[in-house]
Amino acid sequence: MAAALRIALVLITLGCVYLFVIHPLWFPVGVSAQAATLDHAFSVAFWILGALFVAGQVVLALVLLRRKPATSSTHWYGNWRLEIGWTLAITVIFFWFHVSGARLWSSSAMHHPAADALQLEVTGVQFQWYFRYPGADDKFGHVDAQKFAKANEGNPLGIDPGDPAGKDDIVSSAMVLPVGREVDLTLRAQDVVHSVFIPAMRFKQDAVPGMEIHTHFKPIQTGVYEIACAELCGMGHYRMRAAVRVVSAEEFGKWLKSNSAANSRE
Amino acid sequence: MEARRHRETQESASYGFLRHYLFTADHKMIGRQYFFLSLAAVLVGAWLSLLMRIHLVWPKTAIPFLGEIKPENYLAYLTMHGTLMVFFVLSTVPQNGFGTFFLPLQLGTSEMAFPRLNMAGFWTTLVSFLMLMAAFFVPGGPSGAGWTQYAPLSALAESGPGQALGTDLWLVSIGLFCFATILSAINFVTTTIQKRAPGMTMMRMPLPCWSWFVTAILSLLAFSVLTAAVIMLLLDRHAGTNFFVPGGLLVSGKPVDHSGGSALLWQHLFWFFGHPEVYIAVLPAMGVTSHLLSVFSRKPVFGYRAMVGATLAIGGLGFMVWGHHMFASGMNPHAGFAFSTLTTAIAVPSAIKTFNWVGTLYSGRIRYTTPLLFSVGFVSLFITGGLTGPLLAQPALDVYLHDTYFVVAHFHLIMAMAGLFAIFSATYFWFPKMFGRMMNERLGRLHFWITLAGAYAIFMPMHLLGIAGHPRRYSDLSGVQYVAAMLPLQRFITLAAIVTIAGQLIFLVNLFWSLRRGPAAEANPWECTTLEWTLPSPAPDAGFAGRQPVVNHGPYEYGSFGAEKDFLSQDAPAT
Repeated sequence: MAAALRIALVLITLGCVYLFVIHPLWFPVGVSAQAATLDHAFSVAFWILGALFVAGQVVLALVLLRRKPATSSTHWYGNWRLEIGWTLAITVIFFWFHVSGARLWSSSAMHHPAADALQLEVTGVQFQWYFRYPGADDKFGHVDAQKFAKANEGNPLGIDPGDPAGKDDIVSSAMVLPVGREVDLTLRAQDVVHSVFIPAMRFKQDAVPGMEIHTHFKPIQTGVYEIACAELCGMGHYRMRAAVRVVSAEEFGKWLKSNSAANSRE
Repeated sequence: MEARRHRETQESASYGFLRHYLFTADHKMIGRQYFFLSLAAVLVGAWLSLLMRIHLVWPKTAIPFLGEIKPENYLAYLTMHGTLMVFFVLSTVPQNGFGTFFLPLQLGTSEMAFPRLNMAGFWTTLVSFLMLMAAFFVPGGPSGAGWTQYAPLSALAESGPGQALGTDLWLVSIGLFCFATILSAINFVTTTIQKRAPGMTMMRMPLPCWSWFVTAILSLLAFSVLTAAVIMLLLDRHAGTNFFVPGGLLVSGKPVDHSGGSALLWQHLFWFFGHPEVYIAVLPAMGVTSHLLSVFSRKPVFGYRAMVGATLAIGGLGFMVWGHHMFASGMNPHAGFAFSTLTTAIAVPSAIKTFNWVGTLYSGRIRYTTPLLFSVGFVSLFITGGLTGPLLAQPALDVYLHDTYFVVAHFHLIMAMAGLFAIFSATYFWFPKMFGRMMNERLGRLHFWITLAGAYAIFMPMHLLGIAGHPRRYSDLSGVQYVAAMLPLQRFITLAAIVTIAGQLIFLVNLFWSLRRGPAAEANPWECTTLEWTLPSPAPDAGFAGRQPVVNHGPYEYGSFGAEKDFLSQDAPAT
């Protein structure tokens, strides 16, 4: 039984290592400015914790190996020196680990978006995403979903028709972004909590009703990527998707122009 | 007082069937009642997980009697699975099942401090369980908002099919559960402080008693907050208050008549309960594991004092880390630093425990019984599931992995699987004292191998799904293209789950066969030092029957004591 248990622990460890070496699934290619940094931090964490995992399982298998003859007596109640040494070692590792994590967090969440960042508002509604651009005046019109929202009349968000700032707002069902320019997001929700998850951008942020949450990221590669909803929002949660189209600055300009004509609320 | 209580206990033994098995204030019978209640809950919970796994990868498959599973059914199963497993299994059987039975006996007393409160606790839990189950039979079915019940989804009846009566039942059920748990926790704390046998100092208590004691304190504080939160949510739903629902909402095209509430407030209150809850589930598991590793390696627990300290540290820190569930919630990012620091700090007492388990096994004369196997399995799973904790404690990394299968893998390994392994080891270990018979070792070992392989086969690949960005709580893979591409790995997980859950039938067969036909157990079949083993098996209704044990030794005196004995009972005469 002892041998079987040891072999099982070793096989499980090898199996897990094998699984992560071949990794049939992994991160999608990162296409935002912070993706490389985050991926690197993940790899570092992954290697350290992976090493501790292997060490832990192997040590567990090894202690099962050592058997003394049945007659010997071991009244071993512990060893403070070992205990303190081990505790200090693990404290140092995790303290360093934590500090590097805190630095990463402050670099990703603790600064303001660039002054020329694209303004974009994302609104979650069961079970759709709406993306609003402020138009030529760079101002979002006032929104009152309860008073003005009419999905079938082209105003799903409820932009106040009496607010001049809202006249040129563009509402789209796809997120279109110019490459290489930071985007300053405002997240809102009309009904329940949703969460904007763009794996390729390494981006996730909940959209909470009653709150306006500001955050930002910068796409650095053109292409089409998917947005998935990551907070349980009801029966259609699994299909609450949208596309992010990252295009060149010129193409983005053209898209804005063609949409402002189509979207005008005159 | 003692004499009167003792007489009552003896009288209740001579009452009829109902008084003996059902309406009893005997802590041992109540412990058994909790055990079987949790067994019912775990069967339903496991069955629901099986339905979910099958639906995910073969969505068109019709289930006998249920037909095709619709998205709202899937969410209802998911909510009920989480609720049953977290509340009625992981918070119930390690603490209220084994704890109610063995805390008094290990402390050397025949009764809890408040026997009738104990009984009230069980009956309230049973009513709570039945109310939860009733949701399957009401229009709209059970709530589909997940066991976390985030507002406003949970606050507004119009936000989904199960959000009307199903959610009310959920809230009332959990409110009652909180109340029952608080009653029980008061009892545990008082019993530990007041009812210890002469000589049973705090530092002579077996480690399960320490765990039950600290867990009871956590329960008292955490469930009180959840009680308040649940009542507030019920008031929002029915009395027009505005705790959790902000103004201006539009649900399914209809304006919501609420204003001024905060959706994040629910998350703060819920996780202020929800994180300590993890330790409420896992501390008793740790206590049992520490105990069994010592018993079966015939060595004292390595670093008993450090173990007690680590238990207290985990309990204390457990109250200060709830925000790590909310890094992506819109909470002020500055708070992320504090929650991240405190969360990583929990790795230290957890590592101390792991180190001491390994130290306990080191150079022991290990007896490879089924309970020992499951305890070693617990340590292995605790290492595996625990190590992703510090990673998820880093806000920047957690934000990407939050609400993906990576987190599902993490908490199933550390809380569900490790917790379950401790429940199994405790069952195999204490079964003789609870029911007077031995369980079958051969079936027990087979059960262990299947469950160990299954736990890893199911939950290790889930990390990869999460790394690739698969959000959790998706009832169907077809809605998002990159998720649909993960079907092959999801299929593998489903197959592993089917085999593993089928393997649990071996446990059920063993349990029910041994209840009737298992060989009669001796008083102390595992040669243990603690006081419950000084009683005959099964533990008689009268407990110590007026004999007051006097404790002269610590709980883990294993080694060599003369020629024929390698352990010293806690009540052996002082030398």
